[in-house]
Amino acid sequence: MTDSTTAPTSKTTTAQASSQRSDRVVTGESIRLDGVVKRYRGQPKPAVAKLDLEIEAGDIVAFVGPSGCGKTTTLKMINRLIEPTEGRIYIGGRDVTEENPDRLRQSIGYVIQSGGLFPHWSVRKNIGAVPRMLKWDKKRIDQRTEYLLDLVGLDPAVFADRLPKDMSGGQQQRVGVARALAADPPVLLMDEPFGAVDPITRARLQDKLIAIQQELGKTIVIVTHDFEEATKLGDKVLILSEGGHVEQYAPPEEILANPATPFVEEFVGSGATLAHLTLTRVRDVEIKPVVTARVGEASGSVIARTKAAGEDWLVVVDAHGRPRSWPTIDEVSTKPEVSDYLDPRLPVVAQSSTLNDALDSMLATSQGGVLVTDGHGAVVGALTIASVMEKIRGQLADVRDDDTVGYVEHTEGTAPVETPVVAADDEPADETGPR
Amino acid sequence: MRNVGYATWGWETIVQLWDYIGNNARSLTFLTYQHASLSFQTVLVGTLAAIVIAALVYRLPLVSALTLTSSRVALTIPSLALLALLIVPFGLGVTPSFLMLAFFAMLPVIGNAVVGLRSVPPAVVESARGIGLPRWRILLTVELPIAWPVILTGIRVSTQMIVGVAAIVAYVLGPGLGSLIFNGLARLGGANALESALTGTILIVIIALVFDALLVLLGRLTISKGLS
Repeated sequence: MTDSTTAPTSKTTTAQASSQRSDRVVTGESIRLDGVVKRYRGQPKPAVAKLDLEIEAGDIVAFVGPSGCGKTTTLKMINRLIEPTEGRIYIGGRDVTEENPDRLRQSIGYVIQSGGLFPHWSVRKNIGAVPRMLKWDKKRIDQRTEYLLDLVGLDPAVFADRLPKDMSGGQQQRVGVARALAADPPVLLMDEPFGAVDPITRARLQDKLIAIQQELGKTIVIVTHDFEEATKLGDKVLILSEGGHVEQYAPPEEILANPATPFVEEFVGSGATLAHLTLTRVRDVEIKPVVTARVGEASGSVIARTKAAGEDWLVVVDAHGRPRSWPTIDEVSTKPEVSDYLDPRLPVVAQSSTLNDALDSMLATSQGGVLVTDGHGAVVGALTIASVMEKIRGQLADVRDDDTVGYVEHTEGTAPVETPVVAADDEPADETGPR
Repeated sequence: MRNVGYATWGWETIVQLWDYIGNNARSLTFLTYQHASLSFQTVLVGTLAAIVIAALVYRLPLVSALTLTSSRVALTIPSLALLALLIVPFGLGVTPSFLMLAFFAMLPVIGNAVVGLRSVPPAVVESARGIGLPRWRILLTVELPIAWPVILTGIRVSTQMIVGVAAIVAYVLGPGLGSLIFNGLARLGGANALESALTGTILIVIIALVFDALLVLLGRLTISKGLS
């Protein structure tokens, strides 16, 4: 829980100076790579050449870069799935390069693409894998399993005894995260965890991860090839080029504002303006309050309440405040009680979602708005396309340089410029036009 | 009427066969038990040996390929020839019989065990390593259970083969139903010769069918639903 009453007990670290979330819980540990090198036999160039890196406790750090840049190798050296050729790695100040590798890995969560679940075990058995090895008693394992399933947003009663093959990719990925957190490790390593799921599911899983991180305060290192994902998840982003060379290691805002090298500039690419949409969170935009109604309430009083608030639609929620549908007053009046209908196309984003996710969600469901939920999935309000556009307009105004001359300021004849031609390649071009 | 024993196929033969079985029920039961027990034990030992060998080699691609090939080549050794070789150090009786059968029982299982262990998805093994399962624990609790359906298929093939081949050990005075067949064939034309050989053959087929059914049942009980 991150409410302010428990916040003062959280460790104060230097990390908080750079972070806006000064009231956050930190249970993670710092990671330090000191001159780490990985050389493979028979290859002239090292896969990772002399890497120094400091990761603060409780941060999410995203490693990005093109394939072959050594990001996965670096990640796997932290839990010694790959043994470094040279150098030292410290977790929470202790040198782990000398530790028993199995024992080390039991104290570090590890998640890979599509979860890597054990297909012959139920969800419960998968999550209990490490606790069983650590000889926890059965009751404690069961409690932990239920807590974790709840944490990752899966109902324990429904999913605990399911087999991996009977679940969707997104659900398997959630179980993968739950299994990694089973023994409450301070550090979580994730190797392209959301690479194999569809974009909407990916956005949900990312939001869930952010929510989990805010609740637990672990140190999370995540490898991705998707810069957008890195900016969304990372408190800091590490951009690597071939041979594990650090191009830039900074918060995403800084990378977008001041790319350190031409490599970074190219990697971040022309999407940089749009990337600002990725940096702006739903919580940074004004969220419109909504009228909610529980399933089973009398329609009459609900309609009266909605009208009193000056609205013509409302949100039907379940016992946990999670949204099920958003009917208009007219729709509600067709039934005596509020229905438990579940709208399959209901667009929902979390407060930690980016504006990009919100727009995606609206476009995917052809709606002019999305519902916004908190860390537990309870609805807190709505975001309309108008407020998103307003935010974008504001950002564009910031981005627009002062030295561009507008229509009004333009003096005739000062700068004769030809009209740029914007046409698709496959359309027959005008013969006189520039090719 | 000299030829009655084998020349006349018909109702009479079946009646005579039935009489033969009725008159020799005790010894037939004993021989059947012996045969089944010998097959079971040799397949068990052969399977364990095969799994141990497979576990030693499956992570080395070259050695795996070599093991696979040699296990297939070894299957072409005539069982009688191997039996004859084993008589030299071990004499007649149970010991050479057991060793020959266990050796042949092992061969089909080795192939399936190696292939099964090698086909466990690398992502599963990597995540097992990533959460800190020790190597031996991954083998016992993750890789072998996932490879088990393939290994079990090998055991079924092996069992069918061994129950049949086990008849041959009668040549070196080994136990089992083979003695019925060889006695019958040696005295062909004599009293009860055909009945003896026929009964031995039928009982062997029945043992093979029962074992196969039991192995299918074992599969139902031990193969995780998550793997189908």
